[in-house]
Amino acid sequence: MKDTFINRKYVITALLVLACLGLLIRLFIIQVVKNTYRLSADNNVLRYVTQYPARGLVYDRNGELIVYNQAAYDIMVVPSQTTKIDTSGFCDLLGISPDLFRREMRNALIYSRRAPSVFLKQISNETYARFQEKMFMYPGFYVQPRTLRKYSKPVGAHVLGYVSEVDDGVIRKNPYYKPGDYIGKSGIEEAYEKDLRGRRGVKIFLVDVFSRIKGSYAGGRMDTLAVQGSDVVTGLDLNLQAYGELLMKNKRGSIVAIEPKTGEVLTLVSTPDYDPALLVGRIRSDNYAMLSADTLKPLFNRALMASYPPGSTFKPINGLIGLQEKVITPSTLFECHNGYLFVACHSHPSPLSLVGAIGNSCNSYFCQTYRRVLENPYYNTISDAYIKWKSYLDEFGFGSKLGTDFVNELAGFIPTTDYFDKYYGKNRWKALTVISMAIGQGEVGTTPLQMANMTAAIANRGYYFTPHVVKSIGADHFIDKRFITRHHISIDSTNFEFIVQGMEASVNSGTSTIAALKDIIVCGKTGTAQNPHGKNHSVFIAFAPKDNPKIAIAVYVENAGFGATFAAPIASLMIEKYLRGEITNKAREKNMLELNLMH
Amino acid sequence: MKRSVNIWNGIDKISILLFLILALMGWVSIYAAVYNDEHTGLFDFSQRYGKQFIWIIASMVIAVFIVIIDNRFYFFFSWFIYGACMLLLILVLIFGKEINGARSWFEFGGFSLQPSELAKFGTALALASYLNNKRQDLTRLNVIIPASSIIVFPALLTGLQPDMGSSVVYFSLFIVLFREGMSPYIFVSGLLSVVLFFLTLLTNNLYLTIILICIAITLVWFATRKWKLVATGSIIFIFFTGLLYLLDHFVFKAIGNELVIFISLVLSGVVCALYVYNKRAISVLIIYLFLIGSIIFVNTVDYTFNNILPAHQKDRVNILLGFKSDLHGTGYNVNQSIISIGSGGFLGKGFLQGTQTKFKFVPKQSSDFIFCTIGEEWGFLGSAIVIGIYLFLLLRLIKLAERQRSDFSRIYGYCVASILFTHIFLNIGMAVGLVPVIGIPLPFLSYGGSSLWGFTILLFIFLRLDASRTEYLV
Repeated sequence: MKDTFINRKYVITALLVLACLGLLIRLFIIQVVKNTYRLSADNNVLRYVTQYPARGLVYDRNGELIVYNQAAYDIMVVPSQTTKIDTSGFCDLLGISPDLFRREMRNALIYSRRAPSVFLKQISNETYARFQEKMFMYPGFYVQPRTLRKYSKPVGAHVLGYVSEVDDGVIRKNPYYKPGDYIGKSGIEEAYEKDLRGRRGVKIFLVDVFSRIKGSYAGGRMDTLAVQGSDVVTGLDLNLQAYGELLMKNKRGSIVAIEPKTGEVLTLVSTPDYDPALLVGRIRSDNYAMLSADTLKPLFNRALMASYPPGSTFKPINGLIGLQEKVITPSTLFECHNGYLFVACHSHPSPLSLVGAIGNSCNSYFCQTYRRVLENPYYNTISDAYIKWKSYLDEFGFGSKLGTDFVNELAGFIPTTDYFDKYYGKNRWKALTVISMAIGQGEVGTTPLQMANMTAAIANRGYYFTPHVVKSIGADHFIDKRFITRHHISIDSTNFEFIVQGMEASVNSGTSTIAALKDIIVCGKTGTAQNPHGKNHSVFIAFAPKDNPKIAIAVYVENAGFGATFAAPIASLMIEKYLRGEITNKAREKNMLELNLMH
Repeated sequence: MKRSVNIWNGIDKISILLFLILALMGWVSIYAAVYNDEHTGLFDFSQRYGKQFIWIIASMVIAVFIVIIDNRFYFFFSWFIYGACMLLLILVLIFGKEINGARSWFEFGGFSLQPSELAKFGTALALASYLNNKRQDLTRLNVIIPASSIIVFPALLTGLQPDMGSSVVYFSLFIVLFREGMSPYIFVSGLLSVVLFFLTLLTNNLYLTIILICIAITLVWFATRKWKLVATGSIIFIFFTGLLYLLDHFVFKAIGNELVIFISLVLSGVVCALYVYNKRAISVLIIYLFLIGSIIFVNTVDYTFNNILPAHQKDRVNILLGFKSDLHGTGYNVNQSIISIGSGGFLGKGFLQGTQTKFKFVPKQSSDFIFCTIGEEWGFLGSAIVIGIYLFLLLRLIKLAERQRSDFSRIYGYCVASILFTHIFLNIGMAVGLVPVIGIPLPFLSYGGSSLWGFTILLFIFLRLDASRTEYLV
């Protein structure tokens, strides 16, 4: 029998070959052409478990611990591993509402079914202990240890800064950070973030389809260990800091104390302030909102961010420039009849030499000195003389940022000739037009930190180190070069001696005798910063002891009036506390502690 | 003893070798798929690879038995075997153990048997027996209908379990009917409707219609080789389409684009009818009728699916066919399977290095998704080798079938090739996401005694028939 359909075997053969070819093409596409599947397979099987490093500790200058870490526990959840659980029992155990439970579970599910997400942040030790016992009842939930900041004393919030979880903006800008990481905000925490944070480690595990860990990936060769953050030692004196904050309680203002020989910041107080512990952990965001809304602005760091006219505390500078520019000598006498032209002065012996003028804070003396500085025939124009005068101020660090390790530093303001040219017109201003700057009024704006730095420069008789709060980082005591570089001021040290004598006179027999201490020669200068919005600010700068100074300090008390009344005794108490360790004049201390200027 | 020596001489060693290679590959792949650190011995009988080893040994014993039995036995008992298989398929619906919602298994103690795997060779025997010496008659309905019934009956019974995958496999026996003389139009219609059905659900049916028209025009050119005819027909069609479209756009505003094309096509057909009649251009007429039929089919399926089926059933069909990803069900399987195979790359990750398979991301990876292990651990190279071996076996079977003297043996041979081919294509196609997920095993590779034995019996009966191809059966 003839097979008429024999040719159909070719059709069938072709069908088989084409079908197999189709499979091969598809295989070639998914296996060789596309390489996204490899990634998907890795994503399936690799579980990256972050090893969070402990943040570096912060010490004070005497080795006392200021900031350390406490363990905190985040409850994590892997939604795909969870089973039906007794929700109400679970909520009771953790002290959360069923609403929160549902919300967090939903969020976790939206994030990923198989990857862990944070279910509940920073549960307390007690809750952790309770939860750990019952954890076996709730598959899919586990605990991830984290660390939170803890403070040995409720002080130094403005210096130390705080730590918070990174937001999207930071993550976008800085690829190091991942959601859930912590980052330093403001203060030391921000300035030394890179040192303090350490380095995250990661352990890579292989997981099966049920997210059960089946072993480490590549025998752990790809794992990285977490590197603990470097500890930092600050120049702060924790006791002095605490004492400063105590003294400034119920007052608005700031204290900056610097060790002149090193530029280390001993104390930096800005009040009203807050307990740094308020900005830790779960309560942080609520408290932050509360502090931001506070009309007293406790988050505002006056020591760095407030610009005041320096008032009479500016006089030593003008005296120094006068001497250096040789328009006055230490023996130059100026008369004062309760003022000079339109600048008033208070009653004091007259005429006065430089030392006496500083001691008695004579406006007239410094107006005449300043006039001589600007009208110096050595310079062709007043403008040129002004530029020379301003160059001395620049050397002291006025009118620009000092370059400290504080992250928010205000530059302050010293007008340029351009500024006056614009304001008054070119060549339309004279020494008398700007005479108020002779006594630290007018356009000049300086921060308490800049004034403390100036005081340190005077104490050092002509040089200073850029103020800094951290004196060494890590085990090898690293310190940035800019903090061990002397800034010399081009004014002879002999000239400084006369200013120092003037400041000594101020405390011993002049306007600030209230700041005098037994057995310690304090050199100081009062100031009254004019305040267009209300009562003048009380200002006092001082250093002590006169020879071989150990502390230079600037104290600002807002709306308190004359400098000697409040700022001087506070400065004096701070100096004594630091140098002697105890207060001899208990009455003075009591007065200042009880003083309440917050109405 | 002389007789058995003859059988050994006559039997096709290449096929046996391919069978052994595939079974061995399956065993190794199953070992890799279920591998865990606690059980590492190849012969650990508590593990699937250990059991598969027993199944392989047993299947060899079965193969020997099949070869020893006289070849006429299969011819004379074909209807009896078919009847027994159908009885088993009916019994399993009543006494079968329900696993995953399907009654597909008998369970005797610790041992279970899937009768649908055995029914395939029974059906093949019956079909071969029925069509023996009826080759020329397959154009007649009184032969086509009984032949189809032999195929459809077990398919229906299997579909009732329900086991759609095994059910679909029986329809591959229509390839055999085609080989034996059934009209190619029926065969092409069947293939076309399956392809069009999926394409309709997958794509916009307006585009599909346009593509079909383009294919038809191309086919007309191939059939007639007359540029003028093709150009004239196309211009007439485009003229009608443009006219109707403008009319619809500005006047009626009610006829859909699909309907515009369809009416234009009918009008063009009417205009061209005279030409077809004068020239006796049957091929053009056939292509035209196929085109009209396809477009009606596509739009009917589309309309039924989108307008008549309730939403939840629509979802179910979509998920079942794998068109809609369902992360917890079918969609998940396909996705993970493609990831496994795709991550293998060109050379694969190496034996026991497949993370997807080792950590059980793919469900059923030792049975229905065994190809994932090959794809992931042996890469494109390994996959291509496996497909190559299969293709070699299939072509070998066709070659053997064509050298048979008896119709029975040839038809049975084609049945074996068709069933194996369908299993291979659907199983691998499913693993790489080309065809919807239907759970059928990969011949000789997948884990499971029933399927391995079923395929062994299927193959070795043919090899036995081939061994004595010089003898007449009757």
